[in-house]
Amino acid sequence: MTQVDQTQLQKYALRLGDNALILGQQVSAWCGHAPALEEDIAFANVALDFIGQATNWLTYAATLSPKETTADALAFLRDEREFSNVLLVEQPNGDFGQSLMRQFLFDCWHYPLLKALTMSSDTGIAEIANKSVKEVAYHLERSSDLIIRLGGGTQTSHNIMQTALNSLWRFTGELCAADDLDMLMQAQGIGPDLSEINAEFQDHIDKVFERATLILPDKTLMRSGGKAGIHSEAMGRLLAEMQYLQRAHPGAEW
Amino acid sequence: MAQQILNLPSDAQIWDWLDKVPDPEIPVVSVVDLGIVRNVAWEDNSLIVEITPTYSGCPATGVIALDIETALLKRGLDNIKIRSVLSPAWTTSWISQRGREKLKAYGIVPPVEGDTCAGMISLTGAKLAEIDCPRCESSDIERISQFGSTPCKASYRCKSCLEPFDYFKAL
Repeated sequence: MTQVDQTQLQKYALRLGDNALILGQQVSAWCGHAPALEEDIAFANVALDFIGQATNWLTYAATLSPKETTADALAFLRDEREFSNVLLVEQPNGDFGQSLMRQFLFDCWHYPLLKALTMSSDTGIAEIANKSVKEVAYHLERSSDLIIRLGGGTQTSHNIMQTALNSLWRFTGELCAADDLDMLMQAQGIGPDLSEINAEFQDHIDKVFERATLILPDKTLMRSGGKAGIHSEAMGRLLAEMQYLQRAHPGAEW
Repeated sequence: MAQQILNLPSDAQIWDWLDKVPDPEIPVVSVVDLGIVRNVAWEDNSLIVEITPTYSGCPATGVIALDIETALLKRGLDNIKIRSVLSPAWTTSWISQRGREKLKAYGIVPPVEGDTCAGMISLTGAKLAEIDCPRCESSDIERISQFGSTPCKASYRCKSCLEPFDYFKAL
């Protein structure tokens, strides 16, 4: 195998870390606000997993960085264009149904992706994937279960979930659309073939939506850009809130 | 040999000390019972303690490192390095038999091995692990949520005695 370009590997680790970080930041906002205590606790735990995973990915990315940096600096001192998370995770929390649908769509992709990354030729990536994948299996089980229960629940809960699906589906195209970096990683055995991840993603989604009586919107114009740092409107506000403290008081600690 | 010359404590002694450091969230079990301490070794005159986080985001990880360091400082060691290792990833199968008994006596059902989540229970109709209420031993129980008061626990309820209880879920 040819020598892996550290810069490219760092970008890939950042991408994985940014997804976990941004979704973790979003989901943590449900702490104390979810409609039921059990769901409040569940979302808080999921957020915690994501923040922990983000710490692992960003710590690894920091070790690959050409200039000295830390996981904290990568999280709190980069600008919007430097973040490479997918658009799906930055979409606003909205109502509980929207947060849950966002979670489900992400989990359906995240789980097979991590499973494949446990076989990565890069030890650092494989180790973090191995650590994360068992946690994410629990995320996927919970979100699948709730989508089925709410989609097939009352007319009101069904409508809320269908509306959420209609508005979020357009952000899923990007998940399995391989860009140059994805293809480079695949060629080096670091990342998976995203078409295989897509097959698992679609399969799980179809099974759950069938049970949940939810219908995929057709003729959706898919949005993309997150992986390249071109984000949607929500991202600026999200970063402003997440990064405020470290920007206003650099180096502040507990 | 080096340990004897420098009058350093033996590895067994260190493990014994570490076994008296309680987990900050579940103080009935020690960090050794939980399988969090992976290795102790001397490098020159420094004691290296390798620990591994249970869940990636477990907030107790930082406290555990501090508690271990504090405990060893109290025993008179002064050159301690705590190293966090990710691989191999922590699993509940590393929880000692004694740890499992202590968990159960405390009211937390220990993990049933082989029960790790496949993410498909709602689709495949797979059954939940067969566990009994830690208070009344009834098997008539239900899962309230697979998430609980700490990342490692799920919330259950006994339908016989009506008491809620925690299950240390398999990972």
